[in-house]
Amino acid sequence: MLRKIRVTLAVIFFILITLLFLDFTGLAHKYLGWMAKIQFLPAVLSLNVIIICALVLLTIVFGRIYCSVICPLGVMQDIFGWMGKKAKKNRYTYSKAKNWLRYTVLGIFILALVLGIASLVALLAPYSSYGRIAQNLLSPIYLWGNNALAYFAERADSYTFYHKDVWIRSLPTFIVAVASIVILFVLAFRNGRTYCNTICPVGTVLGTLSRFSIFRPAIDKSKCVNCSLCVKNCKASCIDIKNHKIDYSRCVVCGDCISKCKKDAISYTSKRYAENGINEGQEKRTANTEKVSEEGMGRRSFIATASVLAASAAVAKAQDKLTDGGFAPIVPKEVIKRETEIVPPGAVGLGHLTSHCTGCQLCVAACPNKVLRPSSDLMTLMQPRSSYESGFCRPECTKCSEVCPAGAIKKIGREEKSSIQIGHAVWDASLCLPMVDNVTCGNCGRHCPTGAIEMVAVDPDNEKGPQFPVVDESKCIGCGACEYVCPARPLSAIYVEGHQQHKLI
Amino acid sequence: MKDNKITRRSFVKKAGLGSAIIGAAAVTGGLAGCSSKKTEKVESGPLGPIPTDKMTYRTNPKTGEKVSLLGYGCMRIPSIDNTSTRESDSAIDQEMWNKLVDYAIEHGVTYFDTSPAYCKGQSEKATGIALSRHKREEYTIATKLSNFAPQTWSREESIKMYRNSFKELQVDYIDYYLLHSVGNGGMETFENRYLKNGMLDFLVKEREAGRIRNLGFSYHGDVSVFNYLLENHDKYKWDFVQIQMNYLDWKHANELNKRNQDAEYLYGELQKRGIPAVIMEPLLGGRLSNVHEHVAETLKRRKPQNSVASWAFRWVGSFPGVLTVLSGMTYMEHLQDNLRSYCPLEPVTEEDMEFLEETAQMLLKYPTIPCNDCKYCMPCPYGIDIPGNLLHFNKCINEGNMPSSKQDPEYRKARKAFLVGYARKLAPERMADHCVGCRHCVPHCPQNIDIPAQLQRVDQYYEKLMRGEEL
Repeated sequence: MLRKIRVTLAVIFFILITLLFLDFTGLAHKYLGWMAKIQFLPAVLSLNVIIICALVLLTIVFGRIYCSVICPLGVMQDIFGWMGKKAKKNRYTYSKAKNWLRYTVLGIFILALVLGIASLVALLAPYSSYGRIAQNLLSPIYLWGNNALAYFAERADSYTFYHKDVWIRSLPTFIVAVASIVILFVLAFRNGRTYCNTICPVGTVLGTLSRFSIFRPAIDKSKCVNCSLCVKNCKASCIDIKNHKIDYSRCVVCGDCISKCKKDAISYTSKRYAENGINEGQEKRTANTEKVSEEGMGRRSFIATASVLAASAAVAKAQDKLTDGGFAPIVPKEVIKRETEIVPPGAVGLGHLTSHCTGCQLCVAACPNKVLRPSSDLMTLMQPRSSYESGFCRPECTKCSEVCPAGAIKKIGREEKSSIQIGHAVWDASLCLPMVDNVTCGNCGRHCPTGAIEMVAVDPDNEKGPQFPVVDESKCIGCGACEYVCPARPLSAIYVEGHQQHKLI
Repeated sequence: MKDNKITRRSFVKKAGLGSAIIGAAAVTGGLAGCSSKKTEKVESGPLGPIPTDKMTYRTNPKTGEKVSLLGYGCMRIPSIDNTSTRESDSAIDQEMWNKLVDYAIEHGVTYFDTSPAYCKGQSEKATGIALSRHKREEYTIATKLSNFAPQTWSREESIKMYRNSFKELQVDYIDYYLLHSVGNGGMETFENRYLKNGMLDFLVKEREAGRIRNLGFSYHGDVSVFNYLLENHDKYKWDFVQIQMNYLDWKHANELNKRNQDAEYLYGELQKRGIPAVIMEPLLGGRLSNVHEHVAETLKRRKPQNSVASWAFRWVGSFPGVLTVLSGMTYMEHLQDNLRSYCPLEPVTEEDMEFLEETAQMLLKYPTIPCNDCKYCMPCPYGIDIPGNLLHFNKCINEGNMPSSKQDPEYRKARKAFLVGYARKLAPERMADHCVGCRHCVPHCPQNIDIPAQLQRVDQYYEKLMRGEEL
């Protein structure tokens, strides 16, 4: 019974949270955004007291249900473990807790958090790890499926499905995602929850709490025949059958042992009851999951992004027109090296983002404008960064700020967004077409949403001739519209430099 | 013609052979006697098969040769990815092109119109391959001295282009040779292209030598060039002139764009001098077949079995001074539909004329961009898909997906249709927002569209939809 409830809830949570990363319409975030916010680490980073308390309480009452139901990385490992059990039945054995490893990793993790080594935090955090896998590996499959439907929809003249580009936003992050899933697959396939009980810092924290959980599985010595079927099926390797003891710091309350035991010797029951010796292990239980959704405000963390970029395409130099038809080839835009990196409005500044972001990739997955991608910088690896080769930070879009569970990108409204300055445009005369090719352009000025660019005639006597842009830095918000539409390729003649601290203008 | 027809249904009824439909065609001869002596052929559908011997012909007053009223425009040759070669970078589907040419000749088409510029320069060669499989007297060929790039304007380059046409088309004489698109760029361009280098005189001599059977020009744009050439008709003796004519441009071309001339004037001037007119853009690049739903409805109500396009063909074909009507047919069904309109031509009546003028006025009410998808503007040096942008805008207007305000009950649906359709049609960097306004395209547009202004219009509409602003 316990197992059935656990499996049902886990499947529901897992599918829905995965949907959060796959959905590109914004619909999932509207209804399921809370699922990211009840994740432990994002809640801690956003100092979401209500959720932290609820999760601590949940663990103290029922044990590490969080790890079995709410954590998508845990459920994913259960799926791998289930495959492992299909390959070979009764494959697990008991092992002693590797506490020295667990607490060392936890210590390093906390140290990394405090010191702001965002990349390390992002590597160890379970939710981020899953986010990376979902965004980098599952999302392409989902999008290809969508694109297949879009292909048929287009032929049926329907606008229900539309094409989405599949692209690798950052090679390092992609490689990390592939490595994570391979390692986790091997570990979980062979030994179940190894990662959760050795590396995972959240597992270690919750494990410390669950030692004292009120409800827990317990073995009735009088019924036990030492067949060790439970041991062989314990993915946490935490049942010591010789002493009829269970290591509750590692038990994730999956209920497998209870349903496996042919003698009904294991039951989920209260601590006192268990200590007093159980008679009949009948237990009642309610697998409660908290559904608390609260806006997070935040504290610290990291991650990030960067970009090796499969950019789109663009234009060549004016070519001779000999015949009709055809397209001029377009040189793809290259990623511009910026003195200060750009982070999206709502991130408050580079420092705030670095200290709050878990690198879960939710914002990267949600960005509809091909602006956000994970940082490749060693210190902020996998945290989001903005760049404008393939799109710009559109004035009507506040998606990343809506989805961030850790408060790294604070929720902002549309009106607010248009007054947050995240950087300013810089003009490079040596690339600007009116300057080098003597053609009229003015595309940056035409597309500036805040009117920060004024076009000035190169030749003061010829007002209608070529003009060059003059940026009013006090009006510029750094959205990148000018950079995106600039015809200079592969490097735009006008581009955005980020600001360390965002400010309202 | 009507008297000769008998539908399949009535045939079956008359013959009293409800179950004998299958194989009816095979036994027509035997049954004809017992049904009606008027029946010549059992028809295969409500429209019947396309007759191979009913094409309407006009006579070239100079040579006396018969010219089919339908002429084949070779600027939209099919490509192997099932679009036309001007749309895609794929190669020409020569096999399909051969099939289309064979079918056209079999159904009486004699006039084929190409140019060294068409289909990215591949049209002459492909057309030469297809036509050379037929007897030379079965077809007449028209090609041009094109004028796209100034570097081809020297005498040497021009003669090279002219000679190359013979090679590509595998012929030793050209039936109809044209100065391509005169009027674009005004008198200055014309003088530089055709006069100062002595090319026009050269071509007149070539005509005397018999290598060119008929010499003419195709006209777009600045009317002063048109007038100049006709004023000098005595000198050059134009054998034909190619003009843009259809029921919208007849009285409204000037209304749509101040720089354009009404076809009524152009045709009238040619008639005065007895010069036969070759017609291009009878459908305005599809704008007279892909009309707004309401317009399509009124046309269909009048003749339910006829296509929307057929009205335009019948209208223009009804003018006696028209030698042939060119249509660039990419697909077999287009060819078949057009053949139906002219095999034979059923001239429009006085009432039809009035009705089509009303239709033209109705069309003018919709704010479509007068782009004919001729792609003379392409390639845009900055990579913009100019016709792609403009046609998507038109498509949304014609399909009623152009809400005028956010309060429009169809706003959401229309917004999605516009945005999703736009992204499907165009890569982001080929969209209107990347137009820098360099105006390289403007002199190339035969319709004199202010392309950068129209692209900005598309871009602004797109931005408003994206931002969900009031339109």
